[in-house]
Amino acid sequence: MKLKGRAWVTGNDIDTDQIYHGQYLPITDPHEMAKHAMEYVPGMENFPREAKSGDMVVAGKNFGTGSSREHAVLCLQYLGISCVVAKSFSRIFFRNAVNLGFPVIECPLLSETLKTGNTVEVDVVSGKITDLTTGESFRGTPPSGLEKEIAGSGGLIEYLKKGARGLK
Amino acid sequence: MGLTFAEKLLALKAGRDSVQPGQIVEVSPDVAMSHDNAGLVIRQFAQIGVKKVWDPSKIVIPLDHRVPAESTKTANAHKSIRAFVKEQEIASFYDIREGVCHQVLVEKGHILPGMLALGTDSHTTSYGCVGAFGTGIGATEMAAVWATGKIWLRVPESIRVQVNGNFPEMVFPKDFILYLVGKLGAEGANYCSVEFQGPAIANMGIPGRFTICNLSMEMGAKNAVVPVDRVTAEFLEGLGVGSGTAFYPDPDASYAREEVCNISKLAPQVACPHAVDNVKPVEELGGTRIDQAVLGSCTNGRIEDLKEAASVMAGRRVHPDVRMLVVPASKSVLLEGIRTGIITTLVEAGAVLVNPGCGPCLGAHEGILADGEVCIASTNRNFKGRMGSSTSEVYLASPATVAASAVMGRITDPRKVK
Repeated sequence: MKLKGRAWVTGNDIDTDQIYHGQYLPITDPHEMAKHAMEYVPGMENFPREAKSGDMVVAGKNFGTGSSREHAVLCLQYLGISCVVAKSFSRIFFRNAVNLGFPVIECPLLSETLKTGNTVEVDVVSGKITDLTTGESFRGTPPSGLEKEIAGSGGLIEYLKKGARGLK
Repeated sequence: MGLTFAEKLLALKAGRDSVQPGQIVEVSPDVAMSHDNAGLVIRQFAQIGVKKVWDPSKIVIPLDHRVPAESTKTANAHKSIRAFVKEQEIASFYDIREGVCHQVLVEKGHILPGMLALGTDSHTTSYGCVGAFGTGIGATEMAAVWATGKIWLRVPESIRVQVNGNFPEMVFPKDFILYLVGKLGAEGANYCSVEFQGPAIANMGIPGRFTICNLSMEMGAKNAVVPVDRVTAEFLEGLGVGSGTAFYPDPDASYAREEVCNISKLAPQVACPHAVDNVKPVEELGGTRIDQAVLGSCTNGRIEDLKEAASVMAGRRVHPDVRMLVVPASKSVLLEGIRTGIITTLVEAGAVLVNPGCGPCLGAHEGILADGEVCIASTNRNFKGRMGSSTSEVYLASPATVAASAVMGRITDPRKVK
C-alpha cells in the first residue's frame, strides 16, 4: 500500500513532551488530542492547524524518545497524519505505533535533501520511500513477522479479536 | 555461548533453554503496573471484549501522576479506575495516599529478583534495582496483557557497564548515571538491556541502584539491572517478601557494548536544557540563576535523597528568589522524613512540602514554571516545556546539587557549600 503526502521534516530526538505535552494527558478524546500534536516542537507550533490529512512527519534519529504515552501516536493519527518516517525510533513509541495500527518506517539513510513541503510517497509493504519532489528514493525497513501481522490487522486489538493468541 | 541477564530471564519465562538477541518470545509478566493512565487501559480493555482480567493478583495500580485530582477530567479517570479495581477484584490498588508508582512497588515488595514486570510508564526500568526485568509499554499493549496474560518481546542486545572506584564527597549515583547518559547519548542504549556491575555498584544501596536503573531509560534502555547480592537480600529480608530468583549473566555472555567507568574523580553532573544527555560537570554552569528547585520523583525522592539535601541545607535558608519544592516519593518516605526531622529541617529552611506523587516532574500540577523561568530538579526529564511554559528551562541534578542551588539562588556545586 502506498501513502502519498506532504512532508513535515523535523530533527533528532523529538521527544514525547514535544509531541504531546504532559498537561494534555487527561484528555480522552483522540480528536481533542490531535489539536495539540507536535505543539512543543520548535517551529511546529501551528502544525495542528496547518497539517492536512495525508501529510507525513519525517524525522531524524530517536523520534518519540521519552514517555510510554500512547497519546503521542494518537494525536498524530487522529490529526490525519498518514505515517512517520524517521532515521530511527525510540522503542516504546515505535511499539505503540504498531499496536495502534499507525504506520512507522525506519530509514537510517534518509537524507537532508528531503525538506518540509516536498511530496513523499511511502510504500508501507516494501519500505521504499520516494521523494517525488527531488526524485530521490530511500530504502526503509518495512514491518515484518509479528509486527507486520499486527500492523496489517490495523492494530493489536484488531489482531487479538481475530482470534490470535488464543483469546477466550 | 553464555547468556546475559536478559537472555537468561527471557529464556526461562519463554520456556526455552536459550534465546538470542532479536528473537521474539511470548512471555507472561509477573507484575503488570499502571497508574493514572489505567483509565486509558480500561477503555482499551473494554474494546477487546474480554470480561475479566487474566489474573487480578498480578496487577498493581497506584495513583500518582495527578494526586489529588487537579481537574474534573482526572477526577473522572480516577473514579473509573476505582470502580474497575473493585469490579475486577484487583487487591493491589493504591489510591492517592501512597505515592509514586515505582517507589510504591519496590517499597511494598511487589518486585522480586527474577520477575518480569511491565508498566505503562517508561521508568519501569527502575525495578532492575532488585534484580527484576522491568520495562515500559503503552496502554493498548497493557490492555492486551490484561486480557491474555501474555506479551511478545524481542530479546534485547545487552550492554555491560563496569563501574569501579568510590564516590568522592558530595558526588552520588545520580551524578554517575547523568554522566553515563551524557556519554552514551539519548539513543545509546536504545532497545538494549543494561547490566551494571563492579565494586562501585556493589557498594551502592538499593536507593542508588534504583536511581541508576530508573534513569537508564533516558539512554533508551529496554531494561536495566543490578546483580542480586547481599544488599538486595537484606533489603528483601527487611520487607519479609521472599527472595525471588537471582539471574546472573554467564562469564562468556556476549555483549553489544562494554563500558568501563571509574567514578573516583567524578564531579557533580548537570543535564542542561533541553535534553537529558546534554550533560556537563557542574563547574561549567557557574552562576545560572534559578527560580525553582524540585527535590523528589521516582528518580530521587527517597529518604536518602531528602537527607542528602538536608545535610547541604542545614543551618541555611532557601534563597528568597527561589521556590523549593520537596516531594517525597511515598507516604513512607514522608513519614520517615517527619520522624527523623529531615522534613522539618527542609521546611524550616524555606522549602514547600508537596504530597507524595509525580507532581511537577511532568508538568502536571504543583509547581508549573512561568515563561522564561529556570528550574533545577532531581527528576528524570528536562525536555522543552516539560515542567510548564515552552520558554522555561529545566536542569537535572543530584539532590545535593539541587539543595546547594536552592540556597544560593543559582546552580551551585554542592562541594562549595560547606
